[in-house]
Amino acid sequence: MKRIVVLIAGLAMIAAACSAGAADRSMTLYSGRSEDLVQPLIDAFTKETGISVTVKYAGSTDLATTILEEGDASPADVFFGQDPASLGTVALSGLFDVLPSDIIDSVPARFSDDEGRWVGTSGRARVAVYDSTLVAPNEMPTTEDGFGSSEWNGRVGIAPSNGSFLAFVAAKILIDGEAKTRTWLEAMAANDAQKYPNNSAIVAAVNAGEIEAGLVNHYYLLRALAENPDDVGANFFFPAPTAGSLVMPAGAGVLSSSDHKDEAIEFIKWLLTAESQTYFAQETFEYPLVPGIPASAVLPAIDSIPTPDLNLSDLATVLDLATDLVAKAGLL
Amino acid sequence: MTSGRTVIDVGPVGISASVASARRRSATRKAPWWLWAGAIVIVLPLALAIVSLLFRALDATDAAWETLFSLRTLSLLWRTFLLTTLVTTTATAVGVGGAWLLARTDLPFKRVWGVVFALPLVIPSYVIAMVLVSASGSRGLITQLVGFGIPSMTGLGGAWLALTVATYPYVFLITAAAIGRIDPALEEAARGLGASSMRVLRTVTLPQLRPAVGAGALLAALYTLSDFGAVSLMRFDAFTRVIYAQYSGRLDRTPAIVLSIVLIFAAGAVIWAERRTRGRGTVFSSTPNRKPTLHRLVGISRILAVGAMSIVVLVGMVLPIGVLATWVVRGMSKGADISVPWSAVIGSLTGGTLAAVVAMFFTIPIVVLAARFASRRTMLLERSVFVVFSLPHITIAIAVVAFTIAWLRPIYQTMFVLIFVYAAMFIAVSTSAAKATLLQVDPAVDDASRSLGRGPFATLTKVTVPLMSKGLLAGGALVFVTTIKELPVTLLLSPPGFSTLAVRTWAAADELLYSRAATAALILIAISVLPVYYLTIKPKEVVRR
Repeated sequence: MKRIVVLIAGLAMIAAACSAGAADRSMTLYSGRSEDLVQPLIDAFTKETGISVTVKYAGSTDLATTILEEGDASPADVFFGQDPASLGTVALSGLFDVLPSDIIDSVPARFSDDEGRWVGTSGRARVAVYDSTLVAPNEMPTTEDGFGSSEWNGRVGIAPSNGSFLAFVAAKILIDGEAKTRTWLEAMAANDAQKYPNNSAIVAAVNAGEIEAGLVNHYYLLRALAENPDDVGANFFFPAPTAGSLVMPAGAGVLSSSDHKDEAIEFIKWLLTAESQTYFAQETFEYPLVPGIPASAVLPAIDSIPTPDLNLSDLATVLDLATDLVAKAGLL
Repeated sequence: MTSGRTVIDVGPVGISASVASARRRSATRKAPWWLWAGAIVIVLPLALAIVSLLFRALDATDAAWETLFSLRTLSLLWRTFLLTTLVTTTATAVGVGGAWLLARTDLPFKRVWGVVFALPLVIPSYVIAMVLVSASGSRGLITQLVGFGIPSMTGLGGAWLALTVATYPYVFLITAAAIGRIDPALEEAARGLGASSMRVLRTVTLPQLRPAVGAGALLAALYTLSDFGAVSLMRFDAFTRVIYAQYSGRLDRTPAIVLSIVLIFAAGAVIWAERRTRGRGTVFSSTPNRKPTLHRLVGISRILAVGAMSIVVLVGMVLPIGVLATWVVRGMSKGADISVPWSAVIGSLTGGTLAAVVAMFFTIPIVVLAARFASRRTMLLERSVFVVFSLPHITIAIAVVAFTIAWLRPIYQTMFVLIFVYAAMFIAVSTSAAKATLLQVDPAVDDASRSLGRGPFATLTKVTVPLMSKGLLAGGALVFVTTIKELPVTLLLSPPGFSTLAVRTWAAADELLYSRAATAALILIAISVLPVYYLTIKPKEVVRR
């Protein structure tokens, strides 16, 4: 009798383990990157591995602060963020695991967290988009500071409330210091910099002839051109190593509170496969970060972009200060 | 039912008599406890979440206080006030004008106008703004298509136009519903005594419509206060834009919270102003039993009326749908992948329908308390409903995230919370529609039911609710279309894997994938047409008679 009970219990346990093993191949992703860009990759991942992924899409900063609120009990297994500031926020709060070294080593160190808590998955260069019918490349300033001079009065667009602009201001604080950043923001405000809600609106405004130039990430223009090749915008890569030329990665990390760490790590590895990296290059026009995968042919090589030396997660430490400075300059 | 009509048919004397008796009754009768229980269930949780968020203002950092006490805050307040006033004025004029033309004149093609005039209601304000921005300007879509364009629309003018288009349908629908229930007897009497059509409108029709117009205008004003999408795309510095920026730009939440408090006061001021201008009169009426005399539009006035209606429909409906369709066609010709986002369609339908049902259910106790047991406490109840409606959605979303994580962990990020918050957030819309209906039903009908032996609950379910059912269903339809346009709360509170058409539209537009954004927006408009068609049935009935 006793033996039968043990046998049944044992069988039940094995059955439970099996079914758990089969059904549990699932994970939850918080994606600060949009569904249009990410979902095809996730579908391919599920097809390849059998791991089903439930995704919550929202803004990167929103998701980072949500994860902070959720703390230990976050439903998320992976956070896929659009910029280093939001990833750094989660990393500095101690909510990310350190990633295995084979993941971290697969992309150049300058595109990941210094302590390996998140890894860069694709690169986004800060550039100035400009109206090629009105401005010649040699008329463009060599750094973003040039837009503070009076000749650009009213001609430049920025997205002061946008995450990528604030991350850029945070980088500028780390590179140039608070005082210089403040002066620059005040100069931009005094120079009647036009304020837009996001990068897309700036690119659209340049193409519409509302403004002549704007500070954005590089790939928005390429997407606009893909929808409407007649657009007049062109990208200008600043030749000097400042915040204005920084390549800021999107990236991903595994939450310490995750119950599905194996799946989470598999997912992050998937983002770094040749297939996914090629997808970033061809579909989202970002820079692939894994060496050997070619970027879009119209882009300058990533290594040719001058990059300031900076620990990207530190952006999170000055994000609030960046917002403060932007607000005090009257730009918010 | 019949008794209600009897009172009305007595004419002006009968009406004023029943006003007086209603006031006496409401002073003496006490509301049953379950009405209060129902009202509190929907209002309290969200109010608690918001209040507990506001308590965080006590820990406000120096940055927060500096943000609050700056000249910038004053200038933002002024700009927001200016925008709200302008939008409310034009939205009211357009909404009331349209409703009057449909119900009281011999405007041609009324059925068509009835539906298309209400349709901008289903287009999210950020889509309207996006479309206006891209259509205008020297290189805008209009220029590309016809060779000459309209000046580019940004700033105050653009935000004013976009929000007028987005909000006048609220005024139009609520007023149109109320105008259909006004007994034409008074207007005929006035006309018989020699008053002109305009004078009848001003001195007889409009005063009777005052509660409905006020409710619609209040919704328009509060919608404007809470709107983020249109003002940010139009690059107009309104309060919400700064609140959003403070939320998304820093980890310290307190500056945004402190600014939200200012907005709560602003909403309070708007609600107070609406009450102040309302006056004390209440007019009861019921389904009119005769056809209104239609004002005949002849010559220039006919051309002007049709022209005015056409311009509104052109800007509010033809232009947005035309631009969206152009994007889809252009995308298709470029070989863009355009497919129906089914999961988002299902998400929108489920979210919108459930929110509408829940909101309708809880509208009953709130409206009955407000219309039949008016007191200081019911006034507070009504006002809190409107304050919630006026809050920026991001404030609500963040309050609920923090509150459910802290106190209601098991239901965090579930459909249950999402639907509840939708309903609680937009219940102001359905109470406005339903209250306008109930106010026109004489409380003597309830009394008759009570005196014939029905209990208070049976009276509610068998008499009061059926009498206000049209307003209630209209309210439900309004909640449906308002919910499926919603963005920030959906993004932060939805369970992982849940998506809606509004989210798809916004996300695709953010990535400059216009053809996909337009596809989602067009489907969103298409599935909202049915509820709007229902909402406009009432003006249509008037036409039929």
